[in-house]
Formats: sequence, C-alpha cells, structure tokens
Amino acid sequence: MHRGKGMKFVGDSRVPAEKKPNIPKDYSEYPGKTEAFWPNFLLREWMVGAVFLVGYLVLTVAHPAPLERVADPTDSGYIPLPDWYFLFLYQLLKYEFAAGPYTVMGAVVIPGIAFGALLLAPWLDKGSERRPLKRPIATSLMLLGFISVFFLTWESVDQHDWEAAAEQGEITDDVDMEVDESAEGYQIFESQDSCIGCHGGDMLGGSSGPNMFESDYDTEEVIEIITNGKGAMPAGQFEGSEEELETLAAFIANDGQSADGGDAEAEEDGSEEEAEEATEE
Amino acid sequence: MLQKVYDWVDERLDITPLWRDIADHEVPEHVNPAHHFSAFVYCFGGLTFFVVVIQILSGMFLTMYYVPDIINAYESVYYLQNDVTHGMIVRGMHHWGASLVIVMMFLHTLRVFFTGSYKKPRELNWVVGVLLFFVLLGLGFTGYLLPWDMKAYFATVVGLEIAESAPVIGGFAKTLLAGGEIIGAQTLTRFFAIHVFFLPGALLGLLGAHFFMIRKQGISGPL
Repeated sequence: MHRGKGMKFVGDSRVPAEKKPNIPKDYSEYPGKTEAFWPNFLLREWMVGAVFLVGYLVLTVAHPAPLERVADPTDSGYIPLPDWYFLFLYQLLKYEFAAGPYTVMGAVVIPGIAFGALLLAPWLDKGSERRPLKRPIATSLMLLGFISVFFLTWESVDQHDWEAAAEQGEITDDVDMEVDESAEGYQIFESQDSCIGCHGGDMLGGSSGPNMFESDYDTEEVIEIITNGKGAMPAGQFEGSEEELETLAAFIANDGQSADGGDAEAEEDGSEEEAEEATEE
Repeated sequence: MLQKVYDWVDERLDITPLWRDIADHEVPEHVNPAHHFSAFVYCFGGLTFFVVVIQILSGMFLTMYYVPDIINAYESVYYLQNDVTHGMIVRGMHHWGASLVIVMMFLHTLRVFFTGSYKKPRELNWVVGVLLFFVLLGLGFTGYLLPWDMKAYFATVVGLEIAESAPVIGGFAKTLLAGGEIIGAQTLTRFFAIHVFFLPGALLGLLGAHFFMIRKQGISGPL
C-alpha cells in the first residue's frame, strides 16, 4: 500500500485494473521477517486468544459470580468494600493525611496528580529516547506509581475481615420466607404487644429486636429466652399459659411454620425450602 | 456463488479497498511472538479488545433478563444466576471479564509506557488510551451497583461520598450520578443508563479513534 505523500484515501480509491495478490510486503522501516496481518498474523493471534479464552472460561466455571443478599439501605452496620481495582483509592482514604479534614487530598489531589501525569505523560517526558533505562525519571515515577498502587491494594486486602464480609452479605433464609399467618403460634404472637413492640408485627425484626427467624434456637431454647430474657430483651414479657408459650416457641423455632396441626403441609413446605436451599448452594 | 455475490457488490460499491486497507498491512518481526517470545507483551492490547468484545456480547445477553428497578433488579439477577440455563456462565463471564479487562489494560499501559511508545508522533493515541482507561473504570464502577445486593449498594454509597468530597463540583457530580439526594431508585436507573448506553458509546468512539490512529501511524519500532 502506498503510504505518506500522494497516498490514495479509501474514499478516493478506484478498483485497480489488475488485482494485486495478497502477499506480504516489506515493512520498509524495519526490515525483517514481517508477515501479513490478514490472514497470517491474525490466525496466530487467534490461537493466543483461544488459550486465553480457555483460562477465562475455567475461571468462570470454577468461581461463579458472587451475589449477596438484596440491598438493605437501613443496614448501617455493613462494612462496604468496592471492587478490587478501586481498593487502592479506598485504602488511601484511610490514612490520616488523606482522611477527615484532608479527604480532598486522598479523593482528589493525589489521584488527580497521578492520573493527570499519566494523561500528560507525552508532554512531561518529551525526549526522543525510548529505552526505559535511558529515561530514569519517567521510569522511576512509573515504578513508584505501580508499587504504591500494589502496596495500597495489598494493605486493603490484608486489613479487610474477609470472614465477616462473607457473613454479613450472606443470603439468609428470609429472602423469600413467608410466615404462616394461619398458624396457632402466629395468633398467639399477635396478642403479645410487648413482643411486637420490638420484633415487629411480622416477626422479622423491628425497632430494637432482631428478626426472630435469624437465629437457630430449638423450642426449648426459645422458651428459655422468652422467660429469662437475653441481652437487651427483658425477662417475663410473655402473657399467657405455659401451653401457649410452648406453641409460640415451637412456631418460632420452626421458622414461622406451624409445627403441629397441618403436619403434612408443614412438611411439604419444609422439603420445598430444603430443595430450594440445595439449588441455591 | 459467494464470489459472484461479492463481485456484484464490489463492482457497484468498490468495497475491496475498505477491507484491503485493514488486511494488507505487514506485522513487523519485533511484535510477533512467533519470532521473539518476549514479544508476547504486544498481545495485551489485542487481548484487552478481545475481552471488551466478550463484555459487550455477554452484557447484551444479560439485559435480556435484567430489570433496572429497585424492586426487581435483585430478583432478576437472582433468577438469572440460579434458574436461567447457562445464566451463571454468562453472568460469570461478565463478572470476571470486568476484572480481566482492567488487568489486560493495565498491562497494555505498562507495555506502552516502558517501550516509550507514547512519544512523538503517538501522543494523541496515548491520550485516547488513558481516556479509555477512565471509561473502563467508570464501566466497572457503574456495573457494580446493578445487581442491587449489599456489596453493590454500599460500595456505591462510599464511591459517591468520595465523589461528593471533591471541591466545587463535588455536590453537582454526586447529584448527577445519584439522581437526587438519596441513593435509591433514581441512582439505579441512572447507573444502568450510564453503564449500558453512555459509557459504551464513549468506549466505542474512543476505540475507533484508537484503532484509526494505530493503523495510520503504524506500531512503534523496536527499541
């Protein structure tokens, strides 16, 4: 192809009288073992791409994309974490010189200088020398940037409590849980104003009490907690007979499904839930 | 038959020079890993583009199921992940591709930097490349919110707090991205629009400029 002065542009081109065979031509500037982009080089590149694609698919199959529980904007206790390629910025904002009153430093000034310098590199490093060792300032600044980003990312990963992070985001059973409102246990709960006051009318947690189905207590333990209280929960708030207390406790222990009376239904629900859980995992 | 169709079109539209211009350029020895194995560093740019193509294709399939509103977003992703045939693979590819594209682009940037390829006459191509870097980071940031799960929501809250801390334009930038004071329904639809329309548009335009320039100037010579 004719290059440079007198070059014919594509829009200006005409079909040549004789068809040129598609053979590699000299790469006049750098003579050597050149080859045509199409099809020689592209075919080879595709082989590199295929190997890359296999690794990519293995990664995809081995590690499914994560999905935590649905966003709950009211859960202020959640420790946030951005995707890994923003961790360096996230970590930078934890240091004293870049946090609090100096947040502007960490959020704007330092990244601004770094990325601004990257953008303007051709004008900051104007010399014609291209070898890294012949332009020590540019090379060392880039290495410094690389090491900083690597270090910050490393520190961030190191300081993060990964177990707590996995736990706090876990999909809990109550994602699609429905309380069996026809159950005897639920009727008893509805008559207990002191329970509703903290745990909410739907038993899924309220002003100061947690979701009743989050914990894994059995009937006995639930009775124990209701009678004696636990943590901030006061003792002896239940009003009713022993039997009612037991029914309610069994209902709570059974994750809001009636434990007895309509056994068949409860079992069906249970097995369905189990099956769902199995597929979730 | 195919040849005849091609000839018929070519006779009228003269399409041969279009593709010959792309196909008929020589690839010099110093960037060809078949000649020097160390030249594999020149593959990073191509692999970045390869992952970008996969991201576009997998993203197109994801939008066949994804619903960008706060009631259904999580449910649709959950359904896609657990019930749709191969949904897990498509979402997995999009998820891991987002990381791979950043890695490959980072390696490509380092290669271009350390071979001094950004120097005259290729300054403009470097600038376009850095802009592509920002666009891809933006795609990563906006895409992270879309599943609307806990980590998505709170990472966005933090990200927008950081944006808000910028002087002068901070408040404006936050409102522009969040669509209001609260991070909620408006934010999700906005991030969806940015992730699916605005940034990919910018990405394709910049990629076109990137490739046009490399084709026009040729690859930089050996060190």
